[in-house]
Amino acid sequence: MNMKERNFALIKQGSEAKIYSGTFHGKPCIIKERFVKRYRHPHLDREISTQRLKSEVRSLVRCRLAGVHAPTVYCVNMELNHIMMEHITDGVTVKDFIKDPVNQNSLETLVSTIGSTIGLLHSQNIIHGDLTTSNMLIRGGDISKITVIDFGLSFIDHSPEDKGVDLYVLERAMLSTHPNSENLFEIILKYYGKTNKKDGKETLKKLDEIRLRGRKRSMAG
Amino acid sequence: MVVSIGFEGSANKLGIGIIQDGIVLANPRRTFITPPGEGFKPVDTAIHHQSNIVLLLKEALDEAKIHPEEIDVVCYTKGPGLGAPLVSVAVFARTISQLWRKPIIGVNHCIGHIEMARLITSAQNPIVLYVSGGNTQIIAYSQKRYRIFGETIDIAVGNCLDRFARILKLSNYPSPGHNIEQLAKNGKIYVPLPYIVKGMDMSFSGVLTHIEDFAATLQEYSIEDLCFSLQETVFAMLVETTERAMAHCGSQEVLICGGVGCNLRLQEMMSEMCKERGAKVFATDERFCIDNGAMIAHAGAEMFRVGAVTSWKNTFCTQRYRTDEVEVNWRDEQ
Repeated sequence: MNMKERNFALIKQGSEAKIYSGTFHGKPCIIKERFVKRYRHPHLDREISTQRLKSEVRSLVRCRLAGVHAPTVYCVNMELNHIMMEHITDGVTVKDFIKDPVNQNSLETLVSTIGSTIGLLHSQNIIHGDLTTSNMLIRGGDISKITVIDFGLSFIDHSPEDKGVDLYVLERAMLSTHPNSENLFEIILKYYGKTNKKDGKETLKKLDEIRLRGRKRSMAG
Repeated sequence: MVVSIGFEGSANKLGIGIIQDGIVLANPRRTFITPPGEGFKPVDTAIHHQSNIVLLLKEALDEAKIHPEEIDVVCYTKGPGLGAPLVSVAVFARTISQLWRKPIIGVNHCIGHIEMARLITSAQNPIVLYVSGGNTQIIAYSQKRYRIFGETIDIAVGNCLDRFARILKLSNYPSPGHNIEQLAKNGKIYVPLPYIVKGMDMSFSGVLTHIEDFAATLQEYSIEDLCFSLQETVFAMLVETTERAMAHCGSQEVLICGGVGCNLRLQEMMSEMCKERGAKVFATDERFCIDNGAMIAHAGAEMFRVGAVTSWKNTFCTQRYRTDEVEVNWRDEQ
């Protein structure tokens, strides 16, 4: 299928997919196309692409059940590795928002929303797999809602272990992207515990265990 | 004009390098090679370093045609690494520093790799993939630190390869990873293995356990197939997480360093990925990828330039020394 003929324009090349924008029955939409990674062995590549496409769609649909804002899926083409979904045109990434000095006073409110949102995801056993501040959007400047995107590495699992690793991935991404954001992450955890009533406590305990596993941790402190 | 000498011995390689303003005058190295099927034990490695270091210093000085009085600063690896080998080399460096009356600087091993690779390749501000027997990290510079964006959550990728080579009883000369690389060239069948990527982090211990079972029974696969499949799987994980870090940070350069970094298949896969993104990849060869003294001398010289001399009471070693603990005040950019 030729994207140009269908009036779809490439807007972004992410790490594993190309994003095209266009319309679906008059609504702005994007196509996320997982392209062949030539560096990967074809067998491995096919395996990964198919499996990730399936889990992405599964998680996106499940998000609606959890009450988490995420793009609506319009249609899926397994043969071409396409997911057609809602185009969020009024979104700013949390990463850009935090980096903008104008917003310094609203960060605490923002991260409390992030914490509650992840808590909701986890209470429905959705493990995002790549929680970073680039994968969360603020729509129309409203920091009481967060739209989570890019579920390419997601899966469904009920264990506190996988949920803990999910939080650990976010912690690492936050500290490396936003130096001195330790206190913000603490707020995230506080609100996470409040919304993930199912196994929030256990998960936070697990997180402490996972932190100690990291290699070459400094012995002091 | 700064002449610095660097002592490295955090693992089974002992290296002494002499650098003058970014030019390598000498960089000899001795590797402690164990019999096939055996790894290197800390105590034996320390003895190897202790018994070779004096002759190696003489070799380095002769090759560089430098007299001790011309040297401005003595640098040594402070960590991370194996305790006993680190201490052996640090004791020697401290002795030399007092004997010659020169200032001393303790260098973070990972920073040594990064700075040396930047010097050799003249990469400006790359995403760094640092892969070796003890470390697997994806690093980017930001606000005076080398920050770790992704890393292994269990064993290092080089450790995974080394241990698999041990199971197969491959020779440890010149290095286990090199021998796996050669065997992999003749591998034909791809054996599916676990592929574990968590955001920008990855895990290798499960892959190792899984392929160990195959190696025990072999089934319909040859040893070459297993080496091939192992490389294809773990390198794909490395390239994928590096690409994710590039997308996250908006970077267009990748720098590969560390011992596993001289694997040509890894370099080829990384170039393929970069070509698709219009990015550039930088890599060095075994002289500078594998642990060596020059990298410690160079990173130390950079620290010396901004006056970051180590006080005498702080010239100890530490087995755990994170890359992001060091304040990078020799780089000007944000």
